[in-house]
Amino acid sequence: MSLRLAVLGAGAVGGSVLDLAGDYGHDVVAFADSSSSAVDPAGLDPSAVHDRKERDGVVGEAAPEAVFDADYDVLVEATPTTLGDAEPGFSHVERALADDRHVVLANKGPVAERYADLRALEAESEGTVQFEAAVGGAIPVLSTISDLGAPHVTAARGVLNGTANFILSRMAAEGLDYEHVLAEAQDLGVAEADPTFDVDGIDAALKFVILANVLSDGETEYALDDAEVEGIRNVPGTALDLAAEDGRTVRLIGEATADGVRVAPRLIPQGSALSVTGTQNIVQLETKHAGQLNISGRGAGGPETATAVLSDVSRLE
Amino acid sequence: MSAQDLDGGSDAETDGSGEMPKPHTIRLELVDEPGQLLAALKPISDNGGNLLSIFHERGSLTPRGHIPVEVDLECPPDRFERIVEALREAGVNVIRAGAEHFGEEVMVILVGDIVDSDLSDTLHRIESSADATLQDLSLSAREGTDEASSARLRLAVRSGRVDETLSVVRDLAAEKGLHVVEPLAEGSQ
Repeated sequence: MSLRLAVLGAGAVGGSVLDLAGDYGHDVVAFADSSSSAVDPAGLDPSAVHDRKERDGVVGEAAPEAVFDADYDVLVEATPTTLGDAEPGFSHVERALADDRHVVLANKGPVAERYADLRALEAESEGTVQFEAAVGGAIPVLSTISDLGAPHVTAARGVLNGTANFILSRMAAEGLDYEHVLAEAQDLGVAEADPTFDVDGIDAALKFVILANVLSDGETEYALDDAEVEGIRNVPGTALDLAAEDGRTVRLIGEATADGVRVAPRLIPQGSALSVTGTQNIVQLETKHAGQLNISGRGAGGPETATAVLSDVSRLE
Repeated sequence: MSAQDLDGGSDAETDGSGEMPKPHTIRLELVDEPGQLLAALKPISDNGGNLLSIFHERGSLTPRGHIPVEVDLECPPDRFERIVEALREAGVNVIRAGAEHFGEEVMVILVGDIVDSDLSDTLHRIESSADATLQDLSLSAREGTDEASSARLRLAVRSGRVDETLSVVRDLAAEKGLHVVEPLAEGSQ
C-alpha cells in the first residue's frame, strides 16, 4: 500500500527520505525545512525540491506549518535533536497524533527526553509512533528487540557514535593524539565543526536512553539526566598504547541495563565484536534464553537513516 | 619505567615477585562419601597453604555426579604449584587451578598526572582497601606532547569483588583528579 508522507526537516535524513520514498512505493506529499514547505497531493518531485532549496534557500512557497494541513498518513519527524523539552520536535509529534496520524521519528529528542509523555499521547491517538531511525541509523535494533520481546532482552550495549569511534580507532591505529585525529575527522566530514555532542558522549547516551526506555517497557522512564555519561576527550594516546600492549583497545561503549544507562570509554579486547573500527556501529543484545546477538552496520548518514525511517513506514502498512 | 623506579625501589608488595601470600581459588570435585572433604583439605595445610574459605555445594552435583567444592586459600606464590600437585597425588580431582582461575583479574587504565598524584600511595591504597593485588604496572608518557600520561594496572581480585575494586579505584581517581578507563566486564567477547 502506498502511504503519503509529510517530512519535517530538510537535512541529510529528511532529504534522503524524499529521495528514497518512491523506491519503497510511498509518496512524499509535504516537505518542510525550518522556514518553508512544499506541498503536492500528487507527490513531490525530489529533484525539483532539492533544486529550489539550493537555488533559493527554501523548499517551497508555503510556511512550514502548512505541512500539517496536507492530506498525509505518516509524519516523518527529522528535525535536529534537541534536549530538555525536545521542542519543536515534540510539538510536531503531538500535533500529528492529535490528528490521528502515524509518526516516524528520526529525531532522538522526544523519545529520549519525554518518553512517557510521548507514549501517553500515542495511547490517545489512532496513530502510532515508530523510531527505529533514532537508534543506530540503518541497524535494525528496535525491530530486533520488538521481535525478541523487550522482556526477553536483559541488556543492550555497544558503540552507537561513529564520530567518537572513528577518533578512538584511528588514534589507536596510527598512534596519533586526540586533537590531530579530531581535526582530520572534521576535514573528512566525519566530525562536525562543534563535535561536542559526539565526543562528549551525549549522542550515544541519548540512544542508550532510548534503548533503556524500550527495554524497561514502561516500568521506569529514563532521560538524559538519568544517564552516567563520560566522553572521549580524556582518553590520550598513551592510554591506547597501554591498552594495545595488552591486546586491548578503548571504545566509547554505551550500556542500557537494569542498573540504568552508562556511556564511557571502556577497555575491551582487540578483535572482539564491540571493537568495530571507523564509523561502524554495533549493538549487542543480551537475551534471557538465547545468549548474545550482535548487529552492526552504518549508524549514521542520510540514506542509511532514511532506510530505517522507510522500514518503519512500511511496518505501518 | 617500572613501579619500583617511581616507588623509590621500596617494596616487594607492588612488583608481584615477593613472597607475600596471595589468594588463590581451587575448584575440586569430591565423591559423595564421608571424610572426602577433610582428605582434600589436608594436602593444602600440609604444604603451607592457609585456608580462607570453603564453599561446599552439597546440594548440587556435577555432570559426573560429584560434589563441586570451591576452596579459597592463601599461600606464597611458589607454594601453589606444590599444593595442586599434592592434591592430585592424594587422588583429589582438581578441576581448575591455573593462574587465570585464581579469583578474577581486572585491568584499568588511569589517565592524568600519574606521577605527581603519588602513584605509590594510589597503588598502596588500592591494594589495602580493595583487597586486590597488583600484578603488573605499566606507564606511558609521550615526550614532546602535552598529552596526559597513563598507567595500566592489572589487579588480581578475589572472586565476586570486581565491582567493589572498581569502585575503590574510581573514588581514588576522583580524589586525585585522575580519569579511569574501566574494563567492560561482560559482553566483550
